[in-house]
Amino acid sequence: MATLQSAAVGRAGPPPPRRSRRSWAGWGFVAPFALVFALVFLAPIAYSIYLSLFQDRLIGGTTFVGLDNYQRALDDPEFWEGLGRVTLFLAVQVPIMLGIALLVALALDSGRLYGKSFFRISIFLPYAVPAVVATLMWGFLYGTRFGLVGDVNDAFGAELPDPLSPDLVLASIGNIVTWEFVGYNMLIFYAALRVIPHSLYEAAEIDGASQLRVITAIKLPAIRGALVIATIFSIIGSFQLFNEPSILQDLAPNAITTSYTPNLYTYSLSFNGQQQNYSATVAIIMGLITMVIAYVVQLRGMRKGA
Amino acid sequence: MSLNTRRALRGLALVCALTLGAAACGSSDDGDSPENVSGKDIDAALKKGGKITVWAWEPTLKKVAEDFEEKHPGVEVDLVNAGTNDKQYTALQNAMSAGKGVPDVAQIEYYALGQFALKESVTDLSGFGADELASSYSRGPWSAVSQGGDKTYALPMDSGPMALFYNKKLFDKHKIAVPTTWDEYVDAARALHKADPKVYITNDTGDAGLTTSLLWQAGARPFDVKNKTAVGIDFKDKGAAAYTGTWQKLIDDKLLAPITSWSDEWYQGMAKGTIATLAIGAWMPANLASGVKSGAGDWRVAPLPQWTKGGKASAENGGSSLALPTASRNKELAYAFIEYANHGAGVQTRIKDGAFPATNTDLTSDKFQQTKFPYFGGQKANQVFAESAARVPADWKYLPFQVYSNSVFNDTAGKAYVSDTSLADGLKSWQRKSAEYGKQQGFTVHE
Repeated sequence: MATLQSAAVGRAGPPPPRRSRRSWAGWGFVAPFALVFALVFLAPIAYSIYLSLFQDRLIGGTTFVGLDNYQRALDDPEFWEGLGRVTLFLAVQVPIMLGIALLVALALDSGRLYGKSFFRISIFLPYAVPAVVATLMWGFLYGTRFGLVGDVNDAFGAELPDPLSPDLVLASIGNIVTWEFVGYNMLIFYAALRVIPHSLYEAAEIDGASQLRVITAIKLPAIRGALVIATIFSIIGSFQLFNEPSILQDLAPNAITTSYTPNLYTYSLSFNGQQQNYSATVAIIMGLITMVIAYVVQLRGMRKGA
Repeated sequence: MSLNTRRALRGLALVCALTLGAAACGSSDDGDSPENVSGKDIDAALKKGGKITVWAWEPTLKKVAEDFEEKHPGVEVDLVNAGTNDKQYTALQNAMSAGKGVPDVAQIEYYALGQFALKESVTDLSGFGADELASSYSRGPWSAVSQGGDKTYALPMDSGPMALFYNKKLFDKHKIAVPTTWDEYVDAARALHKADPKVYITNDTGDAGLTTSLLWQAGARPFDVKNKTAVGIDFKDKGAAAYTGTWQKLIDDKLLAPITSWSDEWYQGMAKGTIATLAIGAWMPANLASGVKSGAGDWRVAPLPQWTKGGKASAENGGSSLALPTASRNKELAYAFIEYANHGAGVQTRIKDGAFPATNTDLTSDKFQQTKFPYFGGQKANQVFAESAARVPADWKYLPFQVYSNSVFNDTAGKAYVSDTSLADGLKSWQRKSAEYGKQQGFTVHE
């Protein structure tokens, strides 16, 4: 709107001023993008920051509190507990998931697999299942009474631990996420592997290099970029963990608290406690932390490649 | 590039100014004195006609709205399901703080009404003549809508006097007597579980609604609202001790099925006969009939077990009211509608569709009491419910931020179900967390 207005002023302005010579055509081309960008990217962030500076209380209404909410978040054990939990998740689940994805991609790429397309599509298939459906399905499998775990217990007289107990539920979530995203990461790796020129393999063969040597010396360095990208996606995904715990919460309400992950915490804050302001604060801090970590990983990953 | 940025920022500033302006200019305050609206005003509004928006998820209101429209040509009732429970409250609160899109009538559960009453975002209906209806309603619901004072923030729509629903076939099979006290209940739980390890007396994974209802029945009064800004939270009284003592036994001996209510497992458990009883509100029969079809004929209703032998205490479990948001534009018409739905002819329509009323005349009417429930083997279950309704102590209070408190029940008290934490300690940390929130919200909290 501002752009249109100034453009109009520029055209209809007084006849001879110096500025009228400037061409506004360029701005005209940029305007649609700038407008949409401002509206859908910058405005929500700015609004969140604005919100985070206030406090809306049942008694006293809305007041400007400056950085109080940030102070509170930094002292909030629930926030840090949630952050610690997703960090642990990141440290354990992401290497396992990417390791499996890499292994599968290498196996596919080796060309020694029968039924390659079938194998590829069946590994990728879970990614096509919506996260909500996948979690509900796993939730049934995890059930100790009517689910798979219960059936195994009944059939073998075993006493499997409850996957939805407080101690195991994070691992159970990790299992679901791994199942969902191995195929997706596999596809990224596999695509990167396919573009390596075959002449390199031939040269390696002439030099008498073993398959393992080909992998470590040619394939892995060549797909470093893809590895970094997949890692960054996984970091962001871990920090934003929400769907799986949120759905499993119905099945394990005492194991998954309302502040189980930072994202779940922001959700609970604004929907149950009407604390939108504090919720915005936590979201902003979480966004900053994610940004910093993803950036560090990117820097490190790329530097090694140089 | 830099110019581009500047332009973008300028555009952004404008956008923000617009958004913030809309958000900031939302709140409005009405005076403290109730509006006086006479029956004549309401009749005039009905004659004039118009449109009101009703936010409710109660299914029986659909027919009521149709009947109301038919009776008053020119009046249009737009019935909107804006979500169930807390989802609707969130939408409602957002609309209220935005100052637009607020419905003329909103369904609000008793435990959540305090929050809206506190902010005066629902209309005091005393000026409409609603205060004269006090004696028409059973005590529990009325004390909820009057918030224990002389104002009337809503009209009770339904009620949930508690009763013990039990699988008679299961009790007969194992030759176990239906418990009349909670001590007997624990014994029955042990006996049932011993006779068949797959059978549990009931399910419970920590449910704030059930806990508060049982505390209510046990005589505990953990929540106190002293005035608009001071609340008390305290789980130390004798009633609370009675509840935690008994329930701890059920938890310790693993006599409670770890199944969450309203889940598929829950319905399956009742159908398969692994969940033997439910202590729940009188609105349950319709849910049983539709969710546990195979249990028809097996189930019966008994009075809620007592905390002391020969006791006669009961409590409410769930139930909701219809309120008029302060921002409603057509209050006369809106009041006419809720009066029709909750006090007038609409009540009969809703009973027919399976709702449980809060109106004394219906609760005590012969027709209502003599109704035989085929699902309960022809038992006149309403007699048990009506008796329960009459025995609900009216001095129970919920916190003005009960919606939040209930949402963190499983974070705190729920630990008792999955770890070594005792239920009493769990309630203590629930108290702490609720108190913390209360203080943040500007209340003085006495613990």
